[in-house]
Amino acid sequence: MNDWTRATAAQMADALAAGEVTSVELVQAHLDRIAAVDGPVHAFLHIDAEGALETARAVDADRAAGVELPRLAGVPIGIKDVLVTKGLPTTAGSRILEGWIPPYDATVTRRVREARMPILGKTNMDEFAMGSSTEHSGYGPTRNPWDLDRIPGGSGGGSAAALAAFEAPLTIGSDTGGSIRQPASVTATVGVKPTYGGVSRFGAIALASSLDQLGPCGRTVLDTALLHEVMGGHDEMDATSLDEPVPAVVDAALEGARQDLTGVKIGVVRELSGADGGYQAGVTQRFEESLSRLREMGAAIVEVSCPSFEYALAAYYVILPSEASSNLAKFDSVRFGKRVEKSTIEKTMLATRAEGFGDEVKRRIILGTYALSAGYYDAYYGSAQKVRTLVQRDFDAAFAQCDVLVSPTTPTTPFKIGERIDDPLAMYLNDIATIPANLAGIPGMSLPSGVAPEDGLPVGFQILAPAHEDARLYRIGAALEASLTAEWGGPLSAQAPELEVAE
Amino acid sequence: MTTMTYEQAMEEFDPVFGIEVHVELNTKTKMFCGCANEFGAEPNTQVCPVCLGLPGAMPVTNEKAVESAIRLGLALGCSIRESSRFARKNYFYPDLAKDYQISQYDEPTCYEGSLDVVLDDGTVVEIGIERAHMEEDAGKNTHVGGSGGIQGADYSLVDYNRGGVPLVEIVTKPITGMGDRTAEVARAYVATIRDIVRALGISDGRMEQGSVRADVNLSLRPKAVAGESQDDVPFGKRSETKNVNSLRAIERAVHFEAARQATLLLGGQPVVQETRHWHEDTSSTTPGRSKEEAEDYRYFPEPDLLPVQPSREWVEELRSTIPEHPAKMRARLREEWGFSDLEMRDVVAADALVLIAATVQTGTSAQAARKWWMGELSRVANDREVALTSLPVTPDQIAELQGLIDEGKINDKLARQALEGVLAGEGSPTEVVASRGLEVVSDDSALEKAVDEALAAQPDVLAKIQDGKVQAAGAIVGAVMKATRGQADAGRVREIILQRAGVEG
Ligand SMILES: [Zn+2]
Repeated sequence: MNDWTRATAAQMADALAAGEVTSVELVQAHLDRIAAVDGPVHAFLHIDAEGALETARAVDADRAAGVELPRLAGVPIGIKDVLVTKGLPTTAGSRILEGWIPPYDATVTRRVREARMPILGKTNMDEFAMGSSTEHSGYGPTRNPWDLDRIPGGSGGGSAAALAAFEAPLTIGSDTGGSIRQPASVTATVGVKPTYGGVSRFGAIALASSLDQLGPCGRTVLDTALLHEVMGGHDEMDATSLDEPVPAVVDAALEGARQDLTGVKIGVVRELSGADGGYQAGVTQRFEESLSRLREMGAAIVEVSCPSFEYALAAYYVILPSEASSNLAKFDSVRFGKRVEKSTIEKTMLATRAEGFGDEVKRRIILGTYALSAGYYDAYYGSAQKVRTLVQRDFDAAFAQCDVLVSPTTPTTPFKIGERIDDPLAMYLNDIATIPANLAGIPGMSLPSGVAPEDGLPVGFQILAPAHEDARLYRIGAALEASLTAEWGGPLSAQAPELEVAE
Repeated sequence: MTTMTYEQAMEEFDPVFGIEVHVELNTKTKMFCGCANEFGAEPNTQVCPVCLGLPGAMPVTNEKAVESAIRLGLALGCSIRESSRFARKNYFYPDLAKDYQISQYDEPTCYEGSLDVVLDDGTVVEIGIERAHMEEDAGKNTHVGGSGGIQGADYSLVDYNRGGVPLVEIVTKPITGMGDRTAEVARAYVATIRDIVRALGISDGRMEQGSVRADVNLSLRPKAVAGESQDDVPFGKRSETKNVNSLRAIERAVHFEAARQATLLLGGQPVVQETRHWHEDTSSTTPGRSKEEAEDYRYFPEPDLLPVQPSREWVEELRSTIPEHPAKMRARLREEWGFSDLEMRDVVAADALVLIAATVQTGTSAQAARKWWMGELSRVANDREVALTSLPVTPDQIAELQGLIDEGKINDKLARQALEGVLAGEGSPTEVVASRGLEVVSDDSALEKAVDEALAAQPDVLAKIQDGKVQAAGAIVGAVMKATRGQADAGRVREIILQRAGVEG
């Protein structure tokens, strides 16, 4: 292959094993690509060229010496800046952590290192993962490789854009209300939010602890499955981590690629399908086409209703800020990060937080602090938890009728940078279809379903499965992907316009 | 304004009080991380990402701390909740690494108990326990420069070694009707809690090191008038005196607060509901935060932890490990051992009760056990300036030592030498007796030889004995003991001398 950055992670892994390429060559090709296009795209906040090459050299040496290596050993990866990485700057997209070098590795970071994957660097994100566009990064926005004037989604815009711009074959994301799936949708990539507890959160800088989940991002369903198996599994450092084996997602993806869905029941969630309007025409069109393909492969399509989803967004925007207001208290200048020195500790804390946090973070801290206040707790946090229970019951009822649920991932294709920055409510509506999964702790995937005819921009297809049944996402997703790519003649990501390459 | 005394205050008003006791558990590791839980290490050496509250770190509950908390709850007669969540108590303070404390709020693991407290004159008072819940301790601030307080300090240092140490907070229900015995009851209650946590082995119970700390709430209300029940008189405004950290200070804090509040009330001034700081040097309190400016802690369930859900079987298993109530155990043991009140009080004061009980348990007489622990061992502990419990000798070893005396293998003097060896780390009493060659010489042939030699050296003595002056044998006994370096059995030596003289003993 003349350009290794266009290969899938699975192809890279096979080529490495076959001795057709070295890890150093792969890493160097991606570093070159980053140097060529990341100026305008700005998917990365920090590049660790030396660290990545060092890992690559060690993997190549071991391979030459006949040492048995993990499947993805030598395949480079980008890590969302929400995960702490020992010795590598970690900011969660916030100025308040500028220059902080963590003294420890997140569990997922450790697993990536144990899988011998060279870490290219840390990817850009909305500050503390608060946002749907990556415009709220303290270090400037990431741009969508499909159209540099448009948002790459958020909060994990960096991880998605890095894939779409061929700067990395695999990246890690975190999904609190759609931060993996929505960026995947708008960049024509694949992203999975696993079952809550399926991947350790230890070392992931918390946004909303009861909603946050780390997950894999790739350009194909199989690549995403390969990374999922690296990341997942029980961790005694995370009390909420599931004590059960990682679902066999790679096998599920391989099975799905055979395109036989006989006996599978797929539910279309009425409240998330755009049937009531508000969805872009091309989004609905691509969604309907994908349903037809699933039907052709033998799946039965049924419509289900989840009436409580109407309140999901409101409940989410109470629970998330409440937990976030507490999680972000530790950024007080005392032990790490930025410090704006004043005459007393109270004034120092105030000045540091005033200067270090961006507007969206402050907005949510204020919301959450209010919602948890004495006298308001029951009306806000208490009611939101009740809605959460209702959403879970709606899912239970829906999954009693079908194996998976599907919807468009987002109501629209990516909007223009700056278009919604002053309208938080319009911004929040982006996540209407992704949020219910986080409230219920169930797994979800977004994969490309084509481009909208009216603007030529990517449309995502979302699959949701019951808790612990992550493998179903991969089976159905791989089937749809195989059907679509057969028509496209390759992954949709290959159709993205060529980026201008820097000298 | 006339200044009232405690006694005058108690004549004029009806006191209501409550106590919150924080007990630091002695688990090997902290409440939510694997760091060592030890007192006195170099600052910030027992820390990790979790207890430093670094970004990304997550807590994991220490099961041993849960076990200790449940055992304490059971000892306080509490019910144990089947499922209890931790909660976050949010407030900003530099010694609080995460700027929230993981505690329990609306679902304490232990609730609704009661504890009998025995006063010095034997009166038993039942104290209602509202709850006993788990939480983590904060770090420790040291203010440098100025007066040592945070105001006017040049700078402050924070040591997070204590941050995350497991605590159980025990909260009483309001205690009423104690009148002028209020201070005494308060003191006795905290002393009882201290004794219980020590007996359970879940805490060092060292108030001077802060492993048992108390906050004292006190209010005064008017005495009921004729025909009115005291229970119908509403409570007055209360003060909460923080960190009263010795038994004597608890008594004094109650005295001071009662007198202060009575003085205000009789002077027509209101008592402000507030927290107050205790000053050991002046035995007085000064105002802290008033309730009006109190923080809103914004409690909510801790999403990083699963609820504590002890099985019924486990709770019952733990219930079977709860030791007897310390005051009742003291009364029973005093009876069984036949000690006088004074002897018993000395034993308790010297922290020797458990040691003596353990020694007696192996079959040693109570008087012998008391003799060792309150005599020789207390003297050694005193000389070495260590606690009796810290001496490198076990009750089993003392029982073994006394056994050697009772069997006639050694005498008291040799036993003290053997103990010296044990304390020096030379091994068990039997081993020391063997290695130092301390055993009493009871081999008759050796003794006969020594007697004959002594008689030969003092030929006139034999004649005196045969003349009926049996007491003259004492000189020979002395000579034999000297020759055998004290290891001979004096009684046997005497018999041999009398045999040699042809006189029956
Ligand atoms: Zn620690």
